[in-house]
Amino acid sequence: MQFLLKIRRDYYAGALMMLIGLIVVNEGRTYQLGTLQRMGPGYFPVALGALLVFLGMLIAGTASTGGAEEQEAMPHAEWRGWFCIIAGPALFIVFGKYFGLMPATFACVFVSALGDRDTTLKSAVILAASVTIFGILLFSYLLQVSMPILKWGL
Amino acid sequence: MIDTAFTDLWYGFGVALEPHNLLWCFIGVLVGNMVGVLPGMGPVATISILLPLTFGMKPVAAILMLSGVYYGAQYGGAICSILLNLPCHPPHAVTCLDGYPLTKQGKGGTALGVTVISSFVGASFGITEMIFLAPALVKIALKFGPAEICSLMLLGLLAGSTLARGSPLKGVTMTVLGLIIGIVGSDIETGTPRLTFGFVQLYDGVEIAALALGLFGIAEFMKSVNQNVKLDRAYAKVGFRDMWPSRTDLKRSFFPMIRGTLIGSLCALIPGTGPTIASFVSYATEKKISRTPEKFGTGMIEGVACPEASTHSSVQGDFIPTMSLGIPGDVVMALILGALIIQGIVPGPQLISEHPDIFWGLIASFWVGNILLVLLNVPMIGLWVKLLAVPYKYLFPSALFFICIGVYGVNNDLFQVGLTLVIGIFGYILLLLGFHPAPILLGFVLGPRFEENFRRAMLISRGDLLVFVDFRNHPIATVFVGLSALLIVIQIVLWLRKSKFGFRVPTVPSTPSEAEG
Repeated sequence: MQFLLKIRRDYYAGALMMLIGLIVVNEGRTYQLGTLQRMGPGYFPVALGALLVFLGMLIAGTASTGGAEEQEAMPHAEWRGWFCIIAGPALFIVFGKYFGLMPATFACVFVSALGDRDTTLKSAVILAASVTIFGILLFSYLLQVSMPILKWGL
Repeated sequence: MIDTAFTDLWYGFGVALEPHNLLWCFIGVLVGNMVGVLPGMGPVATISILLPLTFGMKPVAAILMLSGVYYGAQYGGAICSILLNLPCHPPHAVTCLDGYPLTKQGKGGTALGVTVISSFVGASFGITEMIFLAPALVKIALKFGPAEICSLMLLGLLAGSTLARGSPLKGVTMTVLGLIIGIVGSDIETGTPRLTFGFVQLYDGVEIAALALGLFGIAEFMKSVNQNVKLDRAYAKVGFRDMWPSRTDLKRSFFPMIRGTLIGSLCALIPGTGPTIASFVSYATEKKISRTPEKFGTGMIEGVACPEASTHSSVQGDFIPTMSLGIPGDVVMALILGALIIQGIVPGPQLISEHPDIFWGLIASFWVGNILLVLLNVPMIGLWVKLLAVPYKYLFPSALFFICIGVYGVNNDLFQVGLTLVIGIFGYILLLLGFHPAPILLGFVLGPRFEENFRRAMLISRGDLLVFVDFRNHPIATVFVGLSALLIVIQIVLWLRKSKFGFRVPTVPSTPSEAEG
């Protein structure tokens, strides 16, 4: 079972690299290519993209035989953790844009803290509040980051 | 040569002991030591977070601090391994094998004492190696033309990606991906925006901070959230008095320490074999030549002294190719090189003569920093041990905030935070697919210079690719290309043997966090 998973994983890995390589080649073709002697801006991207496609094919092609030395088990899906870790910085962007540094910091820390299964609401609030105070002191007053502490709208 | 080295070193101490620089060096080693101890944080994530903060600093101070974080974390990482049996940092994974049994026997303090001594010895040797070797390397490297630089980078990139952890094929793939990410932005010669997909914010290229924080911050957190192992802190009670090793312990660890130091300093010179491989090799060597190999793993002080000494001498030696040739051996070196580039300093053989304050100041600060670390670790050990109790669930949310504000601070743009988030998610997908993202950063940092030199070499040779294997006119380039080819052939042979005869290469056991080494 683990073995099959490994093979499938390498197929996906190779396919992803081929896809990225193709995108890069396709985009690079729109720039001026030039010759080997006088390379244009498109030469390198196209060459590297093609190389990536080739490496992706190698990865997918060798999936069933080699490369099995690292039998790392796939981790269990950790939706809560993943969601909260992505939501934290996303909220930082939204709150930072419309409400300022203080709400952004609080929201970012509070939501991402909830990603851990042992965290209670209370401890998340305490952690978020202390990081907010520390963060404002350090970044707003000491390092003078230009984001206003509080604001409303754009 | 020794004469000039001492004059230069004297000058370096002058730079490193300027109050301003001394302060940043101290902050660096302090932060490094702290994150080394904290389970779940590592030097790569920390240096990435601190990177944007250094943009406003003077170059010397910035480099001293970032380097301090790196070697400071090695001191802290040992505490974590020995007292908790937790290999937070790959270089210290082997130290667990004998360090933790010693802790269980109540000799954790002694193990830590020996660690501090061997670390200092190892580091001192590594620094001395750098003082004499780096200028010598520079003398040769200054004669390099574009073809030589290009082939050297090729060798560095290949070695960095095939010798590190995981599948070599996937390592090379990640390097190429890194080179591609390095292309993003305006072309240096024509100004054409490349691979920006319509985002004006990408015209200056991908921010190194966004890339590093996405790959080693957000992606790492997504990997380790809720994966915490239950830690046994029962034995983690060590005070200042427990740290003095007995005479027999010192005697037993003396020669392992020297051997470890030598192995570490050799490993540092081969790009791609950083401290992690050095510590594994030295532990294996020590076990092999020991009269009682069966006792290893039950609490042998030799098994602590040897890998620790080799880790530290390799960590310091890692700076040699980075500072003298501008070729980073691992992720941390790539980040430090990135910090230099952001400061407007071109890394490469001309660095020592053009910016002697950075080079010699850095070397002098290594001594200063290591002495500071011994002072920090011996009397204050109780404090560090207390830090071990900080749970991961408080660490990663705070770190996420530091990532956001740090990336935002680069040019006060929330777009960069979004970019970091996207890179982070992409990095986690790569991790799930069995890639180690570390070589991406190597490719990213070297990419632009590689392309520039390659274009120049092609212009000079009138588009003749054979210039790289023209032994008569470019012997050095030919040797580098030959070595690169050899690396690839070795990997293919290894792979063929493995698939044919079921031959298994012994691999480094994978460790929970941090992609480095």
